[in-house]
Amino acid sequence: MSGSTTNNPGPLRAGTPAWLRGLAGLTGFAVILEIVPRIGVVSPHYLPPFSEIMVALFRELMSATFWTAFADTMRAWALGLLISLVAGTVVGIVIGSSSLLRALTHSTIEFLRPIPSVALIPLAVLLFGTQLASTLILVVYAAFWQVLIQVLYGVQDVDPVARETARSYGLGTWAQVRYLIWPTMLPYLMTGVRLAAAVALILAITSEIAIDTEGLGREISQTESGGAVAIMYAYVIVTGIVGVVVNLGARALERRVLFWHPSMRLDAAGAAP
Amino acid sequence: MSDRTIGRAPMLEVKKLHKVYDGASRTVEAIRDLNFKVAQGELVCIVGPSGAGKTTLLKCIAGLLAPTSGGVIVEGNPVNGPPPAMAVVFQEYGRSLFPWLTVHDNVALPLKHKKMPAARREELVCNALAAVDLANVHGAYPWQLSGGMQQRVAIARAVAYEPHVLLMDEPFAAVDAQTRADLEDLIRALWNKLRVTVLFVTHDIDESVYLGQRVLIMSHAPTVIMEDVTIDLPDARTQLETRSLPRFGELRKHIYSQIQLAKQGWRPPGT
Amino acid sequence: MSLALSIARRGAIVIALPAVLIAVWWFTSSGSESFYFPPLATILQTFVDLWLSPQAVPNVVPSLLRFTIGYLAAAALGIALGIPVGASRDLRLTLEPVLEFLRAIPPPVLIPVLILFAGIGDEMKILVIVFGCVWPVLLNTVAGVRALDEVLENVVRSYRIGPVARLWHFVLPGASPQIFTGLRQSLSIGIILMVVSEMFAASNGIGFALVQYQRTFAIPEMWSGIILLGLIGIVLALIFRLVEAWLLAWYHGLRRTQRAN
Repeated sequence: MSGSTTNNPGPLRAGTPAWLRGLAGLTGFAVILEIVPRIGVVSPHYLPPFSEIMVALFRELMSATFWTAFADTMRAWALGLLISLVAGTVVGIVIGSSSLLRALTHSTIEFLRPIPSVALIPLAVLLFGTQLASTLILVVYAAFWQVLIQVLYGVQDVDPVARETARSYGLGTWAQVRYLIWPTMLPYLMTGVRLAAAVALILAITSEIAIDTEGLGREISQTESGGAVAIMYAYVIVTGIVGVVVNLGARALERRVLFWHPSMRLDAAGAAP
Repeated sequence: MSDRTIGRAPMLEVKKLHKVYDGASRTVEAIRDLNFKVAQGELVCIVGPSGAGKTTLLKCIAGLLAPTSGGVIVEGNPVNGPPPAMAVVFQEYGRSLFPWLTVHDNVALPLKHKKMPAARREELVCNALAAVDLANVHGAYPWQLSGGMQQRVAIARAVAYEPHVLLMDEPFAAVDAQTRADLEDLIRALWNKLRVTVLFVTHDIDESVYLGQRVLIMSHAPTVIMEDVTIDLPDARTQLETRSLPRFGELRKHIYSQIQLAKQGWRPPGT
Repeated sequence: MSLALSIARRGAIVIALPAVLIAVWWFTSSGSESFYFPPLATILQTFVDLWLSPQAVPNVVPSLLRFTIGYLAAAALGIALGIPVGASRDLRLTLEPVLEFLRAIPPPVLIPVLILFAGIGDEMKILVIVFGCVWPVLLNTVAGVRALDEVLENVVRSYRIGPVARLWHFVLPGASPQIFTGLRQSLSIGIILMVVSEMFAASNGIGFALVQYQRTFAIPEMWSGIILLGLIGIVLALIFRLVEAWLLAWYHGLRRTQRAN
């Protein structure tokens, strides 16, 4: 094959623009979703045609139930994310600045980190039932580690020469954090935000499904058991869209904050968070 | 052509080669009309200013890039894809070796698909690594070696493949001067021993005169051949003596001035 | 410092904080009358009785089996689909928005959906794990294949290396560091899905057992289950790291050399 399938087309490559191809893909997906139930490959009881789902979606968008559930999910997500960001950043800076603390906490962190936060579900249910606090326990526990790990990388990346210089100039702790640690850590923190935002959303909705706290997840499990299948799929699509918006938003924020910052890491940019 | 090749059909022939890169925003004519022949067993160097389409030419000959019109004929067969019995040594030695394979496995990999008994393959690998002076790093990984050694591994891989044509795309551009001198002598030695046809692209004029039997000077894009210079230096070449010969200096000066002309946009009449 | 002393010192640093935390937990809870926070001694005893005995088998084995099957199937599917999508720019651009959307759906959301299709049996749980775990692997495989070195690709083509050998010797090893990133993310997701799917609808499994203990207020049993899940998470992460260190030894060596320069 003499034509290369290289993925580096450069400025000289002609052809259909990218966005058009993407649109074709999405349209194709919708068409498949429309046809498959109609021709009976899958029963329309399990998978209603795309058009029916869209109708259900628009109806839901005009109902109070939807917006209440949406607000509940967003509240849990935002609050949980905020708490884990603050906690993760503070703890990360404190631990990361001292090699002794890093060494001491390393085993504990590696121990606690892989514990699935869903293991805390029974405990959360017992303590808080179906209140917001249950969801927050799960969300914070999972998202905290994402932030912490990234902040630790970031603080460790501080140039030792710069640190010595700062110390010799007598810069106090707060000044060191503000002028030295924070700028170096920022790219890593942004990665942490991106990862934490995605994880927080997943856990928020997981908690709503498993614990029945109020939110989009609960609507999904209730519509499923109630047999309102088209509405269920409508909610599924909504969670997908929310997820995409969160991912894109986090990536845009990351780019915004970092466009002036010479990022020196080899980042797996473009890979899934 | 040297006297060991008179009377044989050319090993490689480039005929009316024409390459245009067609993009959404602009069109670039890299090569306009290239015609030359290389006889079996010849060592031909190609020089030109940067932007002269040397790499494009090499990729067309190697079958990695399809020309817009015209073509390349190797051993009597037109090139539509990478031809058999041709090996390429690239400039970026660090990226042309598989980092997950040892030196030995890197050299052996192309041979695995040539259907030969394992013993014969081992023999070729060992001989090739010995020929480039790397007999004792079989088990090392490429990234554990220096730049010069990595390029030797790439050369060993090409040699083990027993090619009829060896293409080299500015292979020594990224190594230091001392290593470059050693590698140049290595190429001459291998060429003398194996009698393989070599096409050597370089931007280093001294190197082209030192190595080649002929030097083809490329013009600036859209590229044509400006001149086909015969290097009438003695066959036995050494870094110290050959480079101090007066004839070396004359050839070098001539090629240098031609390239200066090429850089200023001069082209042969009618192109 | 002598070797023995330095090993002892490193061992002490590793154990120090966990030992302190466990001791604190032990002593603050030892006289505990609290219903929800029994003494650590009780929890540990329950753990041994419950999970280190044969009666744990009907719960632990099905869980781990479902997880393993689902995870491996997702890995195979993600890699198999990711390679062609990564290799073809047209295919990738066409599918990218659809894949981004499907990936953004929180995997537990699929549990009610799949219950519709597959009931509440093993198939449902395995399918949930597959659907949740495939995305990180797929998207990272795509990224890995896209990033394959152009020079190396030219080497493969110029030596006329055939398609199967090309896949095995070039594409897969070349993309493997990125693929492993995806596999690591899938590991966490798989464990979550294994547990949640069993909490939601099951008749056996660790998640199922946990929910039963919570509903019947068998508190020490519940805590012991939480510890078990923690241990499983840790062990799986450890196994993953060992496998990765073995398969990607060349990559770690390469990066070390690059960093040193």
